Amino acid sequence: MDHPKTVKILKFHAEKCKGCLECEKACSQVHFKTKDGGEKSAIRIKKADKKYTMHVCDQRGLCLDMCPVGALTRKKNGVVWLEKELCIGCQACVGFCPISAMRKSDARIEPFKCISCGSCVRVCPEKALELIEIQIADITQVVHYRLGA
Amino acid sequence: MVEGQIAIEEYRTGITKHHWDLKKIQSAHKVLASYLYKKGEVNRGYANRTLYVNLSTGIIQEKPVTDDMKKKFTGGRGFGLKLLWDSIKPTTRWNSEENELLITTGPLCGTTQYAGSGKSLCLSISPSTNIICDCNVGGFFGPYLKFAGFDALELQGKAREDVVVVIDGEKGIVSIEAAPLEEINTHLLSEQLTQMYATENTDKSRQKVSIVSSGLAAQHSYWGCLNFSFYDIRRKVPRIKQAGRGGLGTVLRDKKIKALVVKVGRFDGVSNHPADPITLAKVGIKLHREIRNLDRYQCNMRAVGTGHLVEIMDAYDLLPTENYRFGSFPKASKIYSPKFYELFTKIIPDGCWHGCTMACAKTVDGYTVMTGPYKGEKVTVDGPEYETIGACSNMSIWDPLWILEFNFYCDTYGIDTISAGTAIAFYMEMYEYGILNKERCSGLELCFGNADAALELLHRIAQGDTSEFIQVAARGARRVKDWIIQKNWGEKQLVEDTGMESKGLEFSEYVTKESLAMQGGYGLTLKGPQHDEAWLIFMDMVNNAIPTFQMKAEALHYYPMWRTWFGLNGLCKLPWNDIEPANNAETAEPSKVPEHVQNYVEYQNAMTGWNVTKEDLILQSERCYNWQRAMNVWMGRGQRKDDWIPFRAMGPVTEMEYLSRKERYDTQLLEKLRKSPKDVEKMTVREKLTILYEFRRGQYNKLADAVYYRRGWTPNGIPTPQKMRQLGFTDKKMLKMLQDKIDADEKNGLNLWGGTYAKEEQPPSNQKRYWETWK
Ligand code: SF4
Ligand code: SF4
Ligand code: SF4
Repeated sequence: MDHPKTVKILKFHAEKCKGCLECEKACSQVHFKTKDGGEKSAIRIKKADKKYTMHVCDQRGLCLDMCPVGALTRKKNGVVWLEKELCIGCQACVGFCPISAMRKSDARIEPFKCISCGSCVRVCPEKALELIEIQIADITQVVHYRLGA
Repeated sequence: MVEGQIAIEEYRTGITKHHWDLKKIQSAHKVLASYLYKKGEVNRGYANRTLYVNLSTGIIQEKPVTDDMKKKFTGGRGFGLKLLWDSIKPTTRWNSEENELLITTGPLCGTTQYAGSGKSLCLSISPSTNIICDCNVGGFFGPYLKFAGFDALELQGKAREDVVVVIDGEKGIVSIEAAPLEEINTHLLSEQLTQMYATENTDKSRQKVSIVSSGLAAQHSYWGCLNFSFYDIRRKVPRIKQAGRGGLGTVLRDKKIKALVVKVGRFDGVSNHPADPITLAKVGIKLHREIRNLDRYQCNMRAVGTGHLVEIMDAYDLLPTENYRFGSFPKASKIYSPKFYELFTKIIPDGCWHGCTMACAKTVDGYTVMTGPYKGEKVTVDGPEYETIGACSNMSIWDPLWILEFNFYCDTYGIDTISAGTAIAFYMEMYEYGILNKERCSGLELCFGNADAALELLHRIAQGDTSEFIQVAARGARRVKDWIIQKNWGEKQLVEDTGMESKGLEFSEYVTKESLAMQGGYGLTLKGPQHDEAWLIFMDMVNNAIPTFQMKAEALHYYPMWRTWFGLNGLCKLPWNDIEPANNAETAEPSKVPEHVQNYVEYQNAMTGWNVTKEDLILQSERCYNWQRAMNVWMGRGQRKDDWIPFRAMGPVTEMEYLSRKERYDTQLLEKLRKSPKDVEKMTVREKLTILYEFRRGQYNKLADAVYYRRGWTPNGIPTPQKMRQLGFTDKKMLKMLQDKIDADEKNGLNLWGGTYAKEEQPPSNQKRYWETWK
């Protein structure tokens, strides 16, 4: 089987961001069909020390090995994808995501995550977001299963 | 090989593929009875009905779950007790027509967000003990049973030919089908049925089927276990977990059931319809994170499962070796968990139910079978868990591969690794003393460490070998004790003291000699010597945190009640204290893991919409615990004499054992028994043994006194009607039965404390019939 070698992930230019949260609203539109943003958005913009930071999935795929029903797969384009119809809502992926980028909203039991669709990129008035292509091999991370610390 | 992130379809284990003509097998099925039911939704954790199947008459019907039933029995094992009470008689034995096999779920069973929420609770009258045996087991059957529409499955009667009972939760049909052509041994049967009943020929579809089966040895022994399957979409094989103790697989086969099949359609993370799914998910995620962050520094469950205990037990002189003669062994490092870690397949979500991130269900894939009918086949071996490794160290088997071999055959033949291992270890000790020998053992050289002979014994049991030894041996330690004594081959006391069973059930795998509280944890139990009621060794022996009888009794009240609670709800005990919050040690009562107790309070409330406190959880358990004890009394057991344990569990039986830990025991003679150093020097080992023997037996009796009193029982261990009323029970038949029993005890002089109390000591109460004043 052909495995994807690259994937697009979000890159954030902090110096350009003004904190308008249009990206979050666009994102919640994708995932929950609302403009609420916040806990319904896969991308989160937070203010820390007068500077904005972005918090989002970078497609490292550690969760792939956590899913008991195979609802998480790496798509042809390299994106880690959660198939809602298969998901049984166990939250293992949420609990084990090392950067807490697999998210759970109160709105439904199945988690959700960034799918690199670029909606936020397109909507950002400051051009603070960008999708860049990277090598999957450079970011792949697997879940800890070793003996000892 | 890439470690992890292997696409599921591409995952290969290298196990032997089987090619069966499943069409032919299936077309040989004949539907003997069937029942159409209306599918309903689970509401706040309850399906609100149970399923009754009578194999003799073909009657299949639903029974409603009432609010009163929920209030008094909560669910799971509690429901099982209630249904048994309504169906059996005090004279019912394991193979009686009316004996039932129950598989129950519990209101939290089937939750996916909180680790350890997929347990089924199985109950029946046990062939080993002739009283109720309850087992807590993983696998998908329980959750699927509930999603198919039932809180419990009640099987009564016996079929005339081999059958499978199928619960099709997709279509809403229950059927009993004659099934003549399937295999009987689990590793083949569960695969056949999974393929046969999956709606589509896909792994995801196969994952929606779960099988309960046993095996060929179950029908010839009292060690029969139930294997509960959970299909693994990566390994592409149904894996299994065992309801091991007490011979429930023997009951299954006695009913001529080859297997139970349940299948469901789509379900999701809220199929239990919790009252408050948001809180539930929050508590669940918190625990997932704790496991992610801390397991590697605590128990290493995710890497090696319960096998991590082997090195700890060896270090503390608690790992049973050579039939519990010793608690550690020079060769033990050969079976420490790193040895199994090398063999286990990594990077698979090894939970026995979805969402259990403790993931202790480890597996060796592609294991090549070394003996017996499947020699040369490559198989997936589920385990070994600590208890199986301990069962093998007990037989002095120190080779991980032989442990896998024993594990594999026990599972597929449908027998309990614990009972088999503990009993065979006893036979081996008898062999060492010449009480048994090759001739008496039907040609088997059952000396310690002879794994080949132990396996041969299993094969011969599975074949239905009719030689005297194989037949008796397959019924376990109690029957072999009686047999040896009757043949007059060995000194009765030695045989009684070394065969590690109580109530007819073999001990599980911990050495209890130096922990009185743990002796109580094994002896003062409902079903027999199993560590699932209380595990107090560290608290008692290592930390000396419960020095008085009263404190031990309090622990032997709280912990059995607490652990019973998991079984009422369909939960696993492990995520309670095999992972602890980072600050647990600083809490007031670390051994209770207060934060996790609070999790469970929130969890049960979030599911059911109740408003319970942590005290209510204990009360839920106390009701069922007392009910089960009362039923044991009803069946003529459940009294002080039944709670006795062999002396090997209390202290050293043989001179060799004494000498192996001489310093320890000599010190005890000096300190606890206040002997002078001169006296101790003069005494022979025999004399020392006798003194220790008397002392420890006396201690055990005093412990029983304290525990019975704390639990609200008479000095003979009978739950009092007063206590039962306090718990909310009004069942006249039950209350009268208990009163009659207590009156009879009074006549027979049994309402007296068992311990002998010196002047400065006090029994738990000086008042006669102290319970009569309880309101
Ligand atoms: S839309 Fe752009 S500017 Fe606004 S918060 Fe998001 S990244 Fe920052
Ligand atoms: S929550 Fe869904 S996607 Fe995540 S691990 Fe569980 S089943 Fe898989
Ligand atoms: S901790 Fe182990 S036994 Fe308990 S539910 Fe999880 S996988 Fe099953």
